[in-house]
Amino acid sequence: MKRFAELFRAVDQTTRTTKKVAAMAAYFREAPDADKLWTVALFSGRRPRRTITATVLREWAAERAGIPLWLFEEAYPIVGDLAETISLVLPPAEAEEDRPLSHWIDEIRRLSKQDDAARKAGILAAWDRLGPTERLLFTKLLTGSFRVGVSQKLMTRALAQATEIDEAELTHRLMGSWTPDDITWHSLVHAPDPTASLSRPYPFYLAYQLDDPEALGDPAQWMAERKWDGIRGQLILRGGDHHLWSRGEELMTDRFPELARMKDFLPMGTVIDGEVLGWGDEVPLSFNALQKRIGRKTVPKKLLAEAPVILMGYDLLEQDGEDIRALPFAERRARLDALGRDLPPEAPFRLSPLVPVKSLDQLAEERAKSRELMAEGLMLKRADSPYLSGRKKGDWWKWKVDPLTIDAVMVYAQAGSGRRANMFTDFTFAVRDGNGLVPFTKAYSGLTDAEFRKITAWVRKNTLERYGPVRHVKPEHVFEIGFEGIQPSPRHKSGVSLRFPRMLRWRHDKPLDEINTLEDLRQMLAAYGGESAA
Amino acid sequence: MADLLTFTDRGIYCEAGDFYIDPWRPVDRALVTHGHADHAHEGMARYLATDIAAPVMRHRLGEISLDTIRYGETRRIGDVTVSFHPAGHVPGSAQIRVERKGEVWVASGDYKTIDDGLSTPFEPVRCDAFITESTFGLPVFKWTPQAELARDLNAWWAANAAEGRFSLIGAYALGKAQRILTLADTSIGPILTHGAVENTNEVLRAQGIALPDTIRVTPDLDLKAHAGALVVATPPGLGGPWARRFNVAGNPASTAFASGWMALRGVRRRRAADRGFIMSDHADWPGLNAAIRETGARKIFVTHGYTSIFRRWLESEGFEAHVVSTEYAGENVDADDEGEAA
Repeated sequence: MKRFAELFRAVDQTTRTTKKVAAMAAYFREAPDADKLWTVALFSGRRPRRTITATVLREWAAERAGIPLWLFEEAYPIVGDLAETISLVLPPAEAEEDRPLSHWIDEIRRLSKQDDAARKAGILAAWDRLGPTERLLFTKLLTGSFRVGVSQKLMTRALAQATEIDEAELTHRLMGSWTPDDITWHSLVHAPDPTASLSRPYPFYLAYQLDDPEALGDPAQWMAERKWDGIRGQLILRGGDHHLWSRGEELMTDRFPELARMKDFLPMGTVIDGEVLGWGDEVPLSFNALQKRIGRKTVPKKLLAEAPVILMGYDLLEQDGEDIRALPFAERRARLDALGRDLPPEAPFRLSPLVPVKSLDQLAEERAKSRELMAEGLMLKRADSPYLSGRKKGDWWKWKVDPLTIDAVMVYAQAGSGRRANMFTDFTFAVRDGNGLVPFTKAYSGLTDAEFRKITAWVRKNTLERYGPVRHVKPEHVFEIGFEGIQPSPRHKSGVSLRFPRMLRWRHDKPLDEINTLEDLRQMLAAYGGESAA
Repeated sequence: MADLLTFTDRGIYCEAGDFYIDPWRPVDRALVTHGHADHAHEGMARYLATDIAAPVMRHRLGEISLDTIRYGETRRIGDVTVSFHPAGHVPGSAQIRVERKGEVWVASGDYKTIDDGLSTPFEPVRCDAFITESTFGLPVFKWTPQAELARDLNAWWAANAAEGRFSLIGAYALGKAQRILTLADTSIGPILTHGAVENTNEVLRAQGIALPDTIRVTPDLDLKAHAGALVVATPPGLGGPWARRFNVAGNPASTAFASGWMALRGVRRRRAADRGFIMSDHADWPGLNAAIRETGARKIFVTHGYTSIFRRWLESEGFEAHVVSTEYAGENVDADDEGEAA
């Protein structure tokens, strides 16, 4: 596994994409096929399932390291990664061995079929034969938590360089539900079997955030729709079956069984890009309602009745079994309209209405209506644009509404983990209530590393009290907190909870007595919090 | 009887001798363990430090009233006897031993237990109460052995030199920078230094500490003539515009950090250097534990670092352990915004 470990270190240590791609391309030229297949699988998020609970791994690692379990548990959040914590506390390997990646994956599977005692012996023996990085990777594979700091796009680029196959074609070949168990390197990369890929999705096209509307140029070139607050999904109808893919290339078919009925309404050989939305009385339900269904593999009847979903379609990628992504958006959209416009209301499908585009000012007015329409903003698509893959600038833009904001003071700070270990990055904020302060949200993101370092130095010197890892600090620094939604929450002292809170700005200019109040929050709740009742 | 040393908002105080150890607010008499900025502050009427630490302190604090003491030499102050003992942290760094009628307390400042080839190696001092740091007081911190560090550092430098690119490494101006110099294999190429590092080098050389030859980077230095050199800079130097001159067109410098925090993958990624060498002038987990055990002390005070976790660990090991609040900073990988504190 040394070759794989070296690749991991190379892509993990550098931030330069050219270096990452070069390291991967070299690996794809040299490694054995079985290892390459696993590497592509792992780098595209196809992790082997966790075969062993994290709880026993911690116990075994602590025992082997000769430390009490509580001490392991204290170190873990600081390191921020279980497998890394394990590999750091263990004593150094007694004798390192270099076997291929595929050997260790087979070993993990062999152990998963054995009883606890044999597993423990096997895992301790493996830890003792692996160098530091190999041990980290082996443990990550054990816990099913392998991740790497490289996008699938970069990996595909490297693979294209190594194999001299076109990058876009490779991207498509690597999509879908294959695993290294049911495919060979040759059939995946070099000779794909078309019948074996009936469920294979197209790569999603992703939009950038529009910062400057003037950059759009002539409004006549653009088409607009609402940006829905649901789950992006690609519905595939092929060979008598249906498949629903998430943007993260996860199959969600069983999670949203309502959509099976689409087979009754649309012909096979159809692929639609759209948004899965909770739906009631012809309006979207709040994201809250949908959220209850996200974590579930199967859905109880009660939840199906409470939060039924539809697919809000906005693009057509395949028609009559033919890939039509190269057609202009206006044409694809016209074909989608023709397919979807006459469906009966019981079909779990709606066409995402087009918003007429007359001028930038008129678009801005439409955007301002987003919240009341349960949308996050507008999507702008160039009428003549093909359906590209990945995030590309120029043809598609998302133009989100501005976040809700409130000025609040930092009252608690906690150190981060992983990349942010030994810096204070997790803060709790409060608003004024009479003469007191009421904490109402946490936020972790939005500051630059330099700002985090500055606030860290300040926290160290201005701690009033410590509660374990949490520091109560002098209420002094005011931040503008941005968020996407507000809901009533009896669990919180403030009575509200926020969606996607983050720090927008450090308000050095704002004194403590000018921050917002609990009453301001309550007014926001009255104005925007009603939606969750829908 | 009152404790021999107490913890105040000015520093560690000895009432029986009426002096402070490493105070952070102005006091009359300060006994200072070493010259790093979080231990040696300005504004004290009188200072006492080791003869080896003195030149750097004078360099950093300017005209101060500084008395020196040799390692192991005893001195009577008020009702107590004090002596300074090697802490192995940086050249001249000391643990300060305070004795009154057979009762011994030791304030260790910052320390490490491995021999870095530069500082006088750490010596355990038997005592009743031991004041320790815990910057790296977690079982995930175990340092790379010195020989392996030297090998990794030189392999990285040699590979870059072969491609004609500069090897830029960020390290504290006092201590770690010189440790890198002593590890570097000078047959690979020349060594260039940032001004802050070179100023400290000059002070140390003048007091007789052997360091390899280095070249100060100045605006008129011919960089082409030194292609492939090792460049030792302070962390702010490494991150700032100063470092850009080493990015020769088409051949950017390779960058590295040397810090105990490099043991954590997350921090390595945050610093986004090409390499992270796990190198610290503080004790790692085995080092802290060994040092504390060898003092024979039952009573331990933990001043900075992962204090509450480390205290609980010490208690589970049978010690009477306390966390005390100080302004010592330990090793900070983000020193660029806080000045040097180590």
